[in-house]
Amino acid sequence: MAAVTYLEAIRQGIWEEMERDPTVFVLGEDVGRYGGAFKVTEGMIERFGEDRVVDTPISESAIVGAAIGAALMGMRPIAEMQFADFISCAFDQITNFAAKCRYRWNAGVPLVIRGPSGGGVHGGPYHSQNPEMYYVHTPGLKVVAPSTVYDAKGLIKAAIRDEDPVVYFEHKFLYRRLKETLPEGDWTVPIGKADVKRAGSDISVITYGAMVHLALEAAAALANEGIDLEVVDLRTLVPLDKERILDSVKKTSKAILLHEDVRTGGMAGELAALIVEEAFEYLDGPIMRITAPDTPVPYSPPLEEFFLPKTSDIIRVARRLAAY
Amino acid sequence: MTSSLLTKERLLGMYRKMLLCRMFEDRVNSLFLQGRMPGTIHQAQGQEASAVGVCEALSPGDMLTSTHRPHEHAVARGIPVKALMAELFAKSTGCCHGKGGSMHMGDAELGMLPAIAIVGGGIPLATGYALSFKYLKKPNIAACFFGDGAVNEGIFHETVNMAAIWDLPVVFICENNKYGASTPIDSVMKVKTVSARASAYGIPGRTIDGNDVVSVYEAVSEAGERARSGQGPALLELETYRFAGHSRSDPGHYRSKQEVAEWKTKDPISRFETRYLAEGFLTREIIDRCRASVEQELNDAVEFAESSPSPLPEECLADVYAE
Ligand SMILES: Cc1ncc(C[n+]2csc(CCOP(=O)(O)OP(=O)(O)O)c2C)c(N)n1
Ligand SMILES: [Mg+2]
Repeated sequence: MAAVTYLEAIRQGIWEEMERDPTVFVLGEDVGRYGGAFKVTEGMIERFGEDRVVDTPISESAIVGAAIGAALMGMRPIAEMQFADFISCAFDQITNFAAKCRYRWNAGVPLVIRGPSGGGVHGGPYHSQNPEMYYVHTPGLKVVAPSTVYDAKGLIKAAIRDEDPVVYFEHKFLYRRLKETLPEGDWTVPIGKADVKRAGSDISVITYGAMVHLALEAAAALANEGIDLEVVDLRTLVPLDKERILDSVKKTSKAILLHEDVRTGGMAGELAALIVEEAFEYLDGPIMRITAPDTPVPYSPPLEEFFLPKTSDIIRVARRLAAY
Repeated sequence: MTSSLLTKERLLGMYRKMLLCRMFEDRVNSLFLQGRMPGTIHQAQGQEASAVGVCEALSPGDMLTSTHRPHEHAVARGIPVKALMAELFAKSTGCCHGKGGSMHMGDAELGMLPAIAIVGGGIPLATGYALSFKYLKKPNIAACFFGDGAVNEGIFHETVNMAAIWDLPVVFICENNKYGASTPIDSVMKVKTVSARASAYGIPGRTIDGNDVVSVYEAVSEAGERARSGQGPALLELETYRFAGHSRSDPGHYRSKQEVAEWKTKDPISRFETRYLAEGFLTREIIDRCRASVEQELNDAVEFAESSPSPLPEECLADVYAE
């Protein structure tokens, strides 16, 4: 089989689930005839028709709200946000309704909300954000953020099959930059399972999304210096794979927590608390965070480069931590 | 359609502004294609009569809000093209110091909020300006541009209703260019015109030839006077068309060649030229002179932008809070 991109993998995953299950359908802005702003849904309307690939008005809150209603009725909607930044327009629907139906009357909302997040493309303050933590903070939602072509496909399929609402953040910087040959057949990547992308003995770098690739780069660079990084890719932010995280930290005794999202209230703080609570006696050095600073995402390349975590940051922090 | 309200000087000024808008967009396009500006851009070639007609009807203290397609709005509002070009070049001398880019053109000091690329996002802010103009008894109005796509965001409904019940001095201006990205407006709206929605809020609504700069100017002046005199908002729909794709990555295949060609015959700039060449006060020499001076202004802007410094990386941290 030919190698496919990260973007194509998401498309394949949705496509296969639509073939498999007639209750799966897609809705969003420009997803039909146009095939989506980034072309994730290209060709779907020709294959599945207008009833299952629904072009909507620019109405994020109604898109998600209607998807919730349909999900309650037993459908499996996939709502596209053209950029993850615009998901905030649907915040009320997601956090008050999608997230709480199960708790209120044990009703499942098998809904996927997906959209491109992340920076590195000079999109500026409204086209580069990483909004995952608003949803991580809301009980009742699952949140995934794949870093590889394989995980992108496996996780979108798992998200569609999940009985609860899943917010799926795909990283737009990775869309066409990654290519992989995928196995044939019907397979998924389970939600709630982290993945060790590189085994190592000295320091655990716990991360997700596009940052996984920076961590791997740093690991390759540090290998020459005899610093052996383990790269743990969370893949799913909720539910968190605590076991995998703690196993890694217990093994290496040192942790770097890395994400592209801003620092305060970011995933790293949550992970740090978990590690301190459950693996304190294993630690041989301070838990270190590498994150974006607490600012919006700027447009100008030197500013955005300053904003985004860099491989050199990981190398610098790892060297410091290795000295403990 | 009469131009009795407008002196010849004024009309010529509007003409030059339209040229500046168009030639700015064309220049930006070629610079972008040469890879000299990062990110993406949304261009407005074809919508000059709307940008210029609206801004011509505003006073200096009035406030304009804009969209993800703000270049021409900003040029027409009189934001120096140097500051706009520098922003596109991601330089520290840009109108947002390089923090925003194409979708953030504007300068609040000069009567235009840096544009908001979240569809519908400018509508409530304009209304907030109007609320304080009324409270402070200022003679000003707020005007807000939004696209046909934006009227299906809930925020449009919430805001227009609020402005209506409080008789706020705001003019809601929908640039109906027939598409929201790839989506034809008639596939996402059951009523035939955006202006028809005005009746639901109890305010005046009008659909106007948005490619005729004089009609636009007159309609916005009238709605503006009404708003200034405390009679509340109006909803104006300017029918127009963007000649280019939605953004640089969009070839615009969802529109027929014939449709694009038809709208090109209604090009606001050539229409103006044809009409006023015939009336005799516009001449080939004036056109050439205008073009040459616009060309010069743009050359200067590009030179300014190119020779300006990039922001220092640490400026990323500045201006998150007052301190
Ligand atoms: C809340 C929100 N949803 C979606 C988008 C993506 N988007 C940007 S422009 C656009 C189309 C807007 O159409 P319209 O309002 O008609 O303005 P035009 O582009 O025609 O000027 C869309 C869907 C966005 N920027 N903000
Ligand atoms: Mg439009």
